[in-house]
Amino acid sequence: MNARILPYVLILPVTLFLCLFFIYPFVLVSQQAFQAADGGWSMENFQEVVEYWKFPISMKNTLLLAAIVVPVQLALALLMATMVSKMKKGRDMVLYIWTIPLGISDLAAGIIWLAIFEQSGFLNSMLHGIGVVDKPVNFLTYQNPWIVFLAIALAEIWRATAIMLVILVAGIGLIPKEYYEAADVFGASKWKQFTRITFPLLRPSLQTALVLRVILAFEIFAVVAALGGTLFPVLMGQTYSYQFDLLNSGAAAAMALIILGISIGFTLIILRILRVPKGASI
Amino acid sequence: MAEIQIKNIAKSFGAFQALNDINLTIADQEFMVLLGASGCGKSTLLRIIAGLEVASSGEVWIGGKRIDHLSPKDRGIAMVFQNYAVFPHLTVFENIGFGLRMKKLPNDEVTRRVERVAGLMHIEMLLKRYSGELSGGQRQRVAVARALAMEPDVILMDEPLSNLDALLRMEMRAELKGVLAESKTTAIYVTHDQVEAMSMADRISVMHQGDIVQAASPIEVYRDPAAKFVASFIGNPPMNFLPAKPAGPSKWQVAGQTFDGPNTDKAVLQFAIRPEDMQPAEQGLVATAKIVEPLGAHLLVTCQIGDALFRVILDSDAVVKPGQSLTLAPQPDRVRWFDPDTTLAVA
Ligand SMILES: Nc1ncnc2c1ncn2[C@@H]1O[C@H](COP(=O)(O)OP(=O)(O)OP(=O)(O)O)[C@@H](O)[C@H]1O
Ligand SMILES: [Mg+2]
Repeated sequence: MNARILPYVLILPVTLFLCLFFIYPFVLVSQQAFQAADGGWSMENFQEVVEYWKFPISMKNTLLLAAIVVPVQLALALLMATMVSKMKKGRDMVLYIWTIPLGISDLAAGIIWLAIFEQSGFLNSMLHGIGVVDKPVNFLTYQNPWIVFLAIALAEIWRATAIMLVILVAGIGLIPKEYYEAADVFGASKWKQFTRITFPLLRPSLQTALVLRVILAFEIFAVVAALGGTLFPVLMGQTYSYQFDLLNSGAAAAMALIILGISIGFTLIILRILRVPKGASI
Repeated sequence: MAEIQIKNIAKSFGAFQALNDINLTIADQEFMVLLGASGCGKSTLLRIIAGLEVASSGEVWIGGKRIDHLSPKDRGIAMVFQNYAVFPHLTVFENIGFGLRMKKLPNDEVTRRVERVAGLMHIEMLLKRYSGELSGGQRQRVAVARALAMEPDVILMDEPLSNLDALLRMEMRAELKGVLAESKTTAIYVTHDQVEAMSMADRISVMHQGDIVQAASPIEVYRDPAAKFVASFIGNPPMNFLPAKPAGPSKWQVAGQTFDGPNTDKAVLQFAIRPEDMQPAEQGLVATAKIVEPLGAHLLVTCQIGDALFRVILDSDAVVKPGQSLTLAPQPDRVRWFDPDTTLAVA
C-alpha cells in the first residue's frame, strides 16, 4: 500500500472509535446543554445552574480544593521522585509501595478515610486511647467545615499523588547525569541544581502530570461524596444531582460543559507557563 | 601557580582495581595528555582530580594545596565533558555564564567575560541560541567556552573532540591548543587518539590497566618508549619486535644478523625498530614481502622475518611485489631493546 496513505489507514479504527464513543456523545451533550425547554437554542440551562445558590459554593469548594491539593501533591511528588531517583538499591520496591493507592478507586479511598475520621473510626479510638478526648467526637459535621475539608484534601493527596510521582520519576530518569556533574563542577549547590536543572528539564513531564492532576481535581466527586456528603458541595456533585436527583439532564449537560471549559482553560495556562522554547529540549 | 600533584592515587570499584598507585606531577601551565586504550582508567583519574569520583586512597594537590576533600567547585577547576553537557534549556550565553552566575558575579562582569570567551571560540553569533539548534562542533565550542569563562587554574577535558568528524577534529585540535596556551591554564586532556596526544601535548602520560607506564614529551614517548606496551601502542603502525640472542659482549644476534646492543647478561632480549627506520640496503635483515599497501605518501609493506611479522614504511616510488625478498637495514641510532620478562626498555 502507498506509504503516504498507510499511516492514516492505520489510525482509522481508533479515530472511528473516538468519533463514535466520544465526539458523538459530546455533540449530543452540547446540544442538550444549549437546548431550551421549547426546543430552540438558548443559554437557559447555563443561566439556571449558575444562578442556583449552591453554584458559587461548589465552584469555590472545587477551586479551593484544587488550589490546595494540587500544589501539595506537586511538591510531594517532586520530593519523592528526587529521592527515588537518587536511590540505588530497592528503588523499584519503594516505587511499588508508594504507588499502591493508585490501584484503589476514588470511592474506596473515600471510604477508607471515612473509616479513619468517622465517630467510631481509628482516629477517635486513638485519641480516646491516649486520653485526648473522653468520648468519641463526630469530626465530619457542618460544625467542623475545616475538618471536612482537611479530610477530603488528605484523602485526595493520599490517593492521587502517585500518578504525578510516576510521571515525574520517568521524567527525571531522562535527564542525563552529566548535567549534574557539570553543575557540580560549575558551582551549583544541590538546591540550585534542582531549581536550575531538574525543574526546567522536567517541564514536559510537569506539564503532563499537572494537566492530568488538575483535570482530575476539577472532576473530584466520589471522595467528597464519601467524606462530606452534602456538607461540601462540588461541581461534579452538582452535575450528578441535576442528572439523577432532579432528572434535569439539560442542566447537568450545562454543568458538564462548564467543568470542561474550566479544565481546558487551566490546561492551556499550564501548557503556556511550562512551555519549552524551540531547540531547548533534551 | 597551579601545579598539580597526584600522590599515590588508587581507586577500586568493588573488587575491580581501576587505578593502582598513580603518581604524577603536572607543571604550572603544562598541557598534559592522558593517553591510553579504552577502560585503562583515564576518565577515572580525571574525575578524581575533578572531585566527581572519590579515590580509594591517595592525595591530590593543586597549587600547593591539598584539594581531594573539597567539593568540585572549590578546587579551582573547570571541565569539558565528553558529551559536552551543554544545558539544553539555557541559551549559549547562559550556558557559558552558568558558572559565573553561580559565583554571583555582577551582570556586566558576566557579559564581559562571556563575550570575551565567545569571541575566542568564534561563537559570538550563537549566543542567543539553544543547544538544540547547534551542531556538534558548535556545542563543543560552547563547552570549552563555558570552562574558559571561569578563568580556572586548571582545565580538565575528557575526550572533548571524540564526537567530531575527522576534519573538524583536526581543526579544533590546533585551535584548542592555541586558546589554552594563551589562557595560561594548566590543562589535563584525556584521549585515546594518539595523533591528538602527539600533536597537542607538552607531555603525554601513557596509561595501561590502571598504571601510568610513561610520562614524557611526545617525541620521547615515540622515540624512547619506556616499555613494550608504549612501543606497541604508539605509532601507526607500531614498533616491530624481533627476538635477539646474545652474541658476545654488547653484541646481539637478530635473524642471523649481529647488532650492537646493551651490555647485559640476559639470555634473550627483544630488538625493536619503527617501520619508518628501515631502509633497503645491500646488507641487513632478510624479509619476504607479504602485503604491499600503497598509501600515497609512502608504501607500507608487511613482511615476514623468521616467523614474525614485520612492517616497513618505504618510499612511495619503491617497487615491491608480494613474495619478493627484501634486505632491510635498520638505522642504528633508532634501534631499541626490551627485556621480555619485565617488558621494560633496556639501554
Ligand atoms: N562507576 C563504576 N563502577 C564500576 N566500574 C567502573 C566505574 N567507572 C569505571 N569503571 C571501570 O573502571 C575502568 C576504567 O574506566 P574509565 O572510565 O576510567 O576508562 P577510560 O580509560 O576513560 O576508558 P574510555 O576511553 O573508554 O573512556 C573500566 O574498566 C570501567 O569498567
Ligand atoms: Mg573515558
